[in-house]
Amino acid sequence: MAVAVPVAPQSAAIVPRRGQFLRSMPAKAKVGGAILGLFLLVAIIGPAIAPYDPSATNPNALGAVGPTAAHLLGTTSTGQDVLSQLLVGLRSSIVLGVLTASIATFLAVATGVTAGFLGGIADEGLSLLMNVFVVLPALPLLIVLLGYLPGSGDLPTAIVLSALGWSWGARVIRAQTLTLRSRDFIAAARETGERTWRIVTFEILPNEVSLIAANFVGTFLYAILTSVALAFIGVANFSTWNLGTMLFWAQSANAFSTGAWWWYVPPGVAAALLGTSLVLLNFGLDELGNPRLRNTTGRRKRPHARWRPGTGLSTAAHPHQPRWSGRAWRPTDPTPVERAEPLA
Amino acid sequence: MVRRLGFYAVAAWVALTINFLIPHVLPGTPVEAMLAQHPQLTASAVKALDLQFGIGHQGSLLHQYGVYLNHLIHGNLGVSTAAYPASVTSVLGNTIPWTVALVGAATIISFVLGTLLGILAGWRRGGRFDQLLPAFTFLQATPYFFLALIAIQLFSNDWHIFPGYGGATLGVQVGFNAAFIGSAIHHGILPALTIIVTSMAGWMLQMRNVMITTIGEDYVLAAEAKGLSTRRVMFTYAARNAILPNIAGFALAIGFVIAGALVMEIVFSYPGVGYQLYNAVTQDDFPVMQGIFLAISAAVLLACLLADIVYVIADPRTRRRAAF
Repeated sequence: MAVAVPVAPQSAAIVPRRGQFLRSMPAKAKVGGAILGLFLLVAIIGPAIAPYDPSATNPNALGAVGPTAAHLLGTTSTGQDVLSQLLVGLRSSIVLGVLTASIATFLAVATGVTAGFLGGIADEGLSLLMNVFVVLPALPLLIVLLGYLPGSGDLPTAIVLSALGWSWGARVIRAQTLTLRSRDFIAAARETGERTWRIVTFEILPNEVSLIAANFVGTFLYAILTSVALAFIGVANFSTWNLGTMLFWAQSANAFSTGAWWWYVPPGVAAALLGTSLVLLNFGLDELGNPRLRNTTGRRKRPHARWRPGTGLSTAAHPHQPRWSGRAWRPTDPTPVERAEPLA
Repeated sequence: MVRRLGFYAVAAWVALTINFLIPHVLPGTPVEAMLAQHPQLTASAVKALDLQFGIGHQGSLLHQYGVYLNHLIHGNLGVSTAAYPASVTSVLGNTIPWTVALVGAATIISFVLGTLLGILAGWRRGGRFDQLLPAFTFLQATPYFFLALIAIQLFSNDWHIFPGYGGATLGVQVGFNAAFIGSAIHHGILPALTIIVTSMAGWMLQMRNVMITTIGEDYVLAAEAKGLSTRRVMFTYAARNAILPNIAGFALAIGFVIAGALVMEIVFSYPGVGYQLYNAVTQDDFPVMQGIFLAISAAVLLACLLADIVYVIADPRTRRRAAF
């Protein structure tokens, strides 16, 4: 039994050096990351470069006007500048997404790792908690809870959203921790007398980085889509601008039926692009965690070539694999079946 | 198995308790809500209502909880304050069939189509079907109501192909007659399409990913080596094993059918559970809200149980695992 040897290489090898990491990112993740970066940039500098006050109305406005040189994305029916609303609103939407994703991911990691690593009574209790939260219908509960929270600002909204959105991630992380716990290198760490918190932070968590990141990105997407849907239903703080309230005002002023596309398309497409960038990023993280999903070479196959199963797969098994051979990174646990298991 | 049943019992109890607590913790009472709607109510009428809703007698929270559980056991969900004096059970009975028919059909179609596309995409990586995935992903990441509103604008207001409002033509007799069924289907196509288009990517992606993992297995290679037809290897060997997570997800999705399409029903003013819940929230109709939560929780729990059972039937390995 090789007990002591694998500790260092395993835990150190899992996070490759920076340059390698960037190069190894799948193309989808790169595209997603680039779009997301653009959105983050807008979220940071958007309010500063907005040409007008997004709430400033024009008393002489005769209705919604399409794009002009003065208003690049046109105006609303009360003469508000759509571009300014978008630039200001994106920040608020993204802040809400990041807040929710941070809180929910923290909860998911804390409960998932605790349950998976400690086992026993703690596991039973926490698993029950996760499973109860999984079966709670989130959207109706959100409507009721947020509808009654006084002056729902960003933070209360984020707290409620994450309270109802952490459980899936916790289940996945628990399952992963369970499989990691029985690995040799954890046993070795235990044998050498490492403290529990040290094993968790330096041996377990680094091996779950891609999973945790995927969970963060997924919750981000959930927060954006849910908050936009809630605003549309009328459960939001309508004194602030975000993608949801923009669409709400556009809808309530009949922008859809009067054909004022410049009013409702920008926030809708912005939300869709932001969401797509997150999904693409998650594709990439998935591939990072499960190398079989990765395209072996990245080159296009000839369209009519007869294809057989097995040729484009199992990168780990191919000795002459160009990009990944010789790299120290190892898949930690590519077992999607474990993840998708119902309420284990 | 006993542990699983224990979980369902606890989960059901938690759902019941949350359901009880929400209206009691939140500000406002049903009678206040009714008073706001009917200011002409006299003091004695208010008292009578108080008694009826079980608020007037100053029992402790625990006592009210007991009354609530007792009513539940007898199938008494209370009386709607907005549609007074209709009982919550009858309100639910009027709305659930609409939702189950439409969202259920859409969920099944979405699952079948998505899984099939996922099989094909996973089998032929980078092929035609695989390249559909980003497009569906974009649709899935788009806010649902945004797509739905555009669909209504195009198909209903501009081209007049499908109606964009309601569940059936007003005035048609509800029941098993050709006029009603035809009208209901005609009204249902557009909402169903929007649900299918936005939800398919999830099924497709999961199926594709598990499929890709499965194709790498030795038994698939062995089946190939035996010279079996491509179709047989694809469906009987690879897909049959890869479909397990999707089936589990499908059982859950069926449970969420009642809750799932809230936004759709609001956008299309569809007379289902979601629209009813939305109305109940805006009208402070607590008994209906409670009843709908209860129905949703019950459906989801039943579906989870179903998912467990299906999983054990479909995957013999879980039988062994469930034993410890």
